[in-house]
Amino acid sequence: MTEPAGNDVHVRLTGVTRAFELSSGAKLHALGPIDLDIRRGEFFGVVGPSGCGKSTLLDILAGLSSPTQGTVLFEGKPINGVPDGVGVVFQEDASFSWLSVHDNVAFGLRRNGVDAAEVSRRVDYAIGFMGLRDFANAYPAQLSGGMRQRVCIARTLVLQPRLILLDEPFGALDQQTRLLMGEELLRLWRETGATVMLITHALDEAAMLSDRVGVMSARPGKFIDFINTEWPRERDSRIVSDPRFGAITSRLWDKLRVESLKSMGTASPGASA
Amino acid sequence: MNRRILSREGWIRLAVIVASTAAFEALCRAGFIPRTAVLPPSEMATSLWHILRTGEYNKDILSTLQNVVASAALSVTFGFAFGVVLHALPRLRATVEPLLASYYAIPTFMFYPVFIVVFGVSSRAIIAIAVLLSIVAMIASTLTGLDRIPRVLRKTALIYRMSTPKRAVLIDFPAAAPHLFTGIKLAFAYAFIGVIASEFILSGQGIGYAIAYAYNNFDNRNMYGLMLLVILLATAANTALDTIDRRLQNRSRR
Repeated sequence: MTEPAGNDVHVRLTGVTRAFELSSGAKLHALGPIDLDIRRGEFFGVVGPSGCGKSTLLDILAGLSSPTQGTVLFEGKPINGVPDGVGVVFQEDASFSWLSVHDNVAFGLRRNGVDAAEVSRRVDYAIGFMGLRDFANAYPAQLSGGMRQRVCIARTLVLQPRLILLDEPFGALDQQTRLLMGEELLRLWRETGATVMLITHALDEAAMLSDRVGVMSARPGKFIDFINTEWPRERDSRIVSDPRFGAITSRLWDKLRVESLKSMGTASPGASA
Repeated sequence: MNRRILSREGWIRLAVIVASTAAFEALCRAGFIPRTAVLPPSEMATSLWHILRTGEYNKDILSTLQNVVASAALSVTFGFAFGVVLHALPRLRATVEPLLASYYAIPTFMFYPVFIVVFGVSSRAIIAIAVLLSIVAMIASTLTGLDRIPRVLRKTALIYRMSTPKRAVLIDFPAAAPHLFTGIKLAFAYAFIGVIASEFILSGQGIGYAIAYAYNNFDNRNMYGLMLLVILLATAANTALDTIDRRLQNRSRR
């Protein structure tokens, strides 16, 4: 079991594995075994080589997929289907092109039967929070990629999830936009007090945003290291100039380089040099 | 706000049409094109105005429009339903899809004797041929639309814990709407062609029948007036549908 454990555990995975049956009938062991505790209110980052099962892990936590073995507890209860209180932001643009920004953000609330006045109040807040106030009546096609992703985050935020799962949400954005979106994400995390799990390819993003970063091995993905960043809760993208930031990304890369080479099939005894 | 009536391309297109019509008029008037073959465009327009003003062909026009609307509605409804079923049943789709792909290689009109035997010389036979001609466009568009729904939207629907019918109504069909509308546009165009062409051979009324009747009686004036009416009706309907289609396409651009 990995640190930290205790009474404030929000998500607990015990012996979680995931295998897929291929069309040839062979089994592909994609993930695990994974033992992991995520604290309530923690910002937990996950990095790992391509194809190591990061997204599979997120799907299991979101209730979109079931583990082959092991148990997953969210707030002490086993996950069966998508649990109440979980919000997911995907890498791909998941905005509804046929709805305005306002209606996109209001979508989940209206589905949940929230009354119109409350919908209006919460949507206005989320739109303002994500800096979309001037675009409330625009359609996603009229927005940039970064703004569309903000719409998706606002759509998740407005439902006040207690666990936010982010699957490379800024993967398609340029570096500057990613840094600024990262700041907004930190602001959102502080404001909501939600637990966040961020899956990312970008080591700097993981190092800057996370309280703790888990490094996954090549397939079948397991956690091979956890790094506590020990950043203050009040932080922004300027921490990239902190000397500790370089040390964290360097440690992440040391671990990840070996695993990435393995996943590319080019690992050699000297590869970890 | 100062809105432009036409884009630059629109003005160029209009200028080409006006210039071609003027050139055609000049060639007819100068006798290069004999009046027994083609009337000058101005006379076609005068004839059309006369047709509309006197109401001489109102019954035929109404009959054609009713048949077109009925054919398009049936094609859209059943084409959409069939497309949804095919999309949901991949094995059936794998069997049927090659047949659909080669469907337009078959001259559907050759089946007109069958329809006369089944439905008699009536609107039903005309509608049957027009539906046969237009339904596959709607099926193909429905399949394309449903195929192109981004996977992430299906995942999003799961996150919102939607049932399959709710997902279909709130996510799948709106996401597929631009392709579905293209199917509606094509179904309407094919239905129009099917109805007019069928009326030439299968009917005792309708614009197609009236054109054939005028042709057989050397009544060039009415024949060209009615032909101009068909062109204007098809262009107007297509322009209106195209405007909606473009709006949907622009909105869905990612």
